[in-house]
Amino acid sequence: MSQEGNMRRVTAIKNGTVIDHIPAGKALSVLKMLGIGGDMSNPVSLVMNVPSKKMGGKDIIKVEDRELTQGELDKLSLVAPDVSVAIIRAYSVAEKLEINLTEEVVNVARCTFSNCITINSREPLPHRLVVTRREPLELRCRYCGKPQDIDGLIDSLL
Amino acid sequence: MPGLITMDDLTNAEIISILDDAERLLPVARGELYLPLLKGRILGNLFFEPSTRTRMSFETAMKRLGGDVVNLGDVKSSSVVKGETLFDMIQMVDGYTDIIAMRHPRQGAAQYASDSANVPILNGGDGAGHHPTQTMLDLFTIRRAHGKFEGLNVVLAGDLRYGRTVHSLSHALTRLGCNVTFASPESLRMPEEIVSDLKESGAEVVETDDLFGQIDAADVIYMTRIQKERFPDEDEYAKVAGAYKLHARDLDGAKPEMIIMHPLPRVDEIDPSVDSTRHALYFEQAFNGVVARMALMCRLLNVEVPADVNEAGGVI
Repeated sequence: MSQEGNMRRVTAIKNGTVIDHIPAGKALSVLKMLGIGGDMSNPVSLVMNVPSKKMGGKDIIKVEDRELTQGELDKLSLVAPDVSVAIIRAYSVAEKLEINLTEEVVNVARCTFSNCITINSREPLPHRLVVTRREPLELRCRYCGKPQDIDGLIDSLL
Repeated sequence: MPGLITMDDLTNAEIISILDDAERLLPVARGELYLPLLKGRILGNLFFEPSTRTRMSFETAMKRLGGDVVNLGDVKSSSVVKGETLFDMIQMVDGYTDIIAMRHPRQGAAQYASDSANVPILNGGDGAGHHPTQTMLDLFTIRRAHGKFEGLNVVLAGDLRYGRTVHSLSHALTRLGCNVTFASPESLRMPEEIVSDLKESGAEVVETDDLFGQIDAADVIYMTRIQKERFPDEDEYAKVAGAYKLHARDLDGAKPEMIIMHPLPRVDEIDPSVDSTRHALYFEQAFNGVVARMALMCRLLNVEVPADVNEAGGVI
């Protein structure tokens, strides 16, 4: 199916955010990471596993009437660093945003190591995961130094 | 304030300079000279899990330098059992003391404490993480025996997976130019991330399960305790422990100047027959904990160790 066909699976939105080029099957993780769930009143459209020339297959999310902030989007660097994000205003792309992988990911996910000091949820300091390599992505906990299980991070989101 | 959490907190030049300070402090550590460089300073000893040598040598080091020590005491009778967080505990002890030495069962606790505190933290062991003050005394011991690091063949043997002393030591040894061999059972190999870090930094490390094949070429054999609870059954433990136990008879082909070290306590991994050989250095190593920690506390409290301690010091 053509790229145009993909986009027509769901209707164009008037205002909001479109997240495209999500690796196939990762859309639910992206929603979880952005804290977008059933308790939100804005309409959210989701297509999964649609063909893509560039990626083979991809997912797309459209969030209506909400412009995601750069801070929210940067969280995606952990699961989907190469997504394209467009802010839509009056049916047109008003802005294109890029995901930035910061040097340190603060208070997004807790360390996945079972004997880390941060496992005690009453400890008040921020959860800090340091980017030690970008390709392939490697993060280590600032405190215990353990490399993180990247796939497991989705279950450790705060 | 900077403390000592991992060996990455010290440059090679700083390591050598602290070892030089420790060398000059030897007569003070032995009680032959009175040199109250840390008079009026208080060390907080926070040991959340058992420790004999580390806790006592920190206390001795501070007292030999004229300072004082407050202890957390038994964890079971402290506010930890009431559920106090490490953060809160550190806020309190930070106010009582000038420097803190701590050991904690959770990995990362020392860095966490350092981020919570204003006074310097000395990591005396955090879970299976790091034990850098032990590394400083180990380096001191090796340098006193061999006079150098560059080119030495050092074998780290036993439980390399959970043994925090060898985690810190392996980083320092490779940085200082030693050739490092890891000899361990398959299930207790050095953690992958440490091996990959060492290799990425350009070090050549050899991994083997054959300890005895390494003895003849070694300049240092660093033994560690293999803990029974790491094995699924007693038979498996007995088999592995036997393959990592040194007797005096195993040392016939060793270089005369080869030294055997152990962070202690030992259980079965070094037979008492080794104690009387010229190679046994583990008891001297334990003593060196005092002098290495004296030098570290002076450095972290910005107190200079005089070039001539005899001139600066007095009689006891």
